[in-house]
Amino acid sequence: MLEHYLSLLMKTIFVENMALAFFLGMCTFLAVSKKVDTSIGLGVAVIVVQTITVPVNNLIYQYLLKEDALIWLGIEGTDLTFIGLICYIGVIAAMVQILEMVLDRYVPALYNALGIFLPLITVNCAILGGSLFMVERDYNFAESVVFGFGSGAGWALAIAALAGIREKMKYADVPVGLRGLGLTFMITGLMAMAFMAFSGIQL
Amino acid sequence: MSKAKDVLLDPIFNKNPIGLQILGICSALAVTSKLETVLVMCLAVTFVLAGSNVSVSLIRRQVPDSIRIIVEITIIATLVIIVDQFLKAYAFGVSKQLSVFVGLIITNCIVLGRAEAFAMKNSPGMSLLDGIGNGLGYSIVLLLVGFFRELFGAGKLLGFTILPSINDGGWYLPNGLMLLPPSAFFIIGLLIWALRSWKTEQVEEEN
Repeated sequence: MLEHYLSLLMKTIFVENMALAFFLGMCTFLAVSKKVDTSIGLGVAVIVVQTITVPVNNLIYQYLLKEDALIWLGIEGTDLTFIGLICYIGVIAAMVQILEMVLDRYVPALYNALGIFLPLITVNCAILGGSLFMVERDYNFAESVVFGFGSGAGWALAIAALAGIREKMKYADVPVGLRGLGLTFMITGLMAMAFMAFSGIQL
Repeated sequence: MSKAKDVLLDPIFNKNPIGLQILGICSALAVTSKLETVLVMCLAVTFVLAGSNVSVSLIRRQVPDSIRIIVEITIIATLVIIVDQFLKAYAFGVSKQLSVFVGLIITNCIVLGRAEAFAMKNSPGMSLLDGIGNGLGYSIVLLLVGFFRELFGAGKLLGFTILPSINDGGWYLPNGLMLLPPSAFFIIGLLIWALRSWKTEQVEEEN
């Protein structure tokens, strides 16, 4: 049993890395990876939000939206999956807002470290993507917790690695037109190829 | 009149959403291995972009500032649900291939970015043009990437054979790398390089 969850965790972090295998959250990934410090802060924020929102959306999907999900209320024959998208994004926006208030009140140090990134996470597609993959693959609650944490951790790992490479790139003499965004794309491409070495690994 | 033309045409090369504004990149990479899915995705994004820009612009004076983001997200999500349901009904195969990426148009930063940056400040007509223009700018990059990936990766365009591959008795050896996701990064990187060599004012300064 434990083996199954461990394998799922490894799979979501390395094999199916959110950033490098599915290209989710790319906009922030490319825009906020100039410095290692800030990218680690953003990575932590993504892990936290992802670990909370995926299981919460899982509960909403299981008990409200899925076909015949309202059976515990005694209502049969419902299928609300079509409003799924708007529910998930609502949950994410609300969760981010709540998390922001809680952190501000109880963990001001972390709140200050995350700063502007926390609200930005609402529109990070890795977060919504996590919830949508969870629905598509029909994870149960425990699996969704593992998946949420793993996908967040994989994304954080990728952005920290990219930021590290970009800091070193300062010393390189790059063709003028390629500076900045163009080169970042290519580095990410090379990283994605490196991560493909993990594909097919079974634990 | 010239302003309208600028609003429509600027996003295509001068202020390309992918090349310069770093918006909407996620979907640009994941759906581009075939030209067919690219076309559907471009139409979907352009529709959502134009629709959300007009709707946001229409209610821009009534919506209080503090809740504008959630209102915008709701409008966008509604439009995306319409697209999603439409695709499921009329193009099920493509909708399966696009899988979660149709839903992810909601968090495609182009849509929210344009609603925030343009539609909140301009008239509905201008916003419509801006939406279509940015949709075109996005589409042109995606179409180019999809074109190269399908042509060199499979020797086909839209499913028709252009370069007959060795497996089917032709002469072209398909480049498997092009079908893999990382190739999209290289192609976009090269496109940006080409664009910036042409429009030199877009080059980023070293800091």
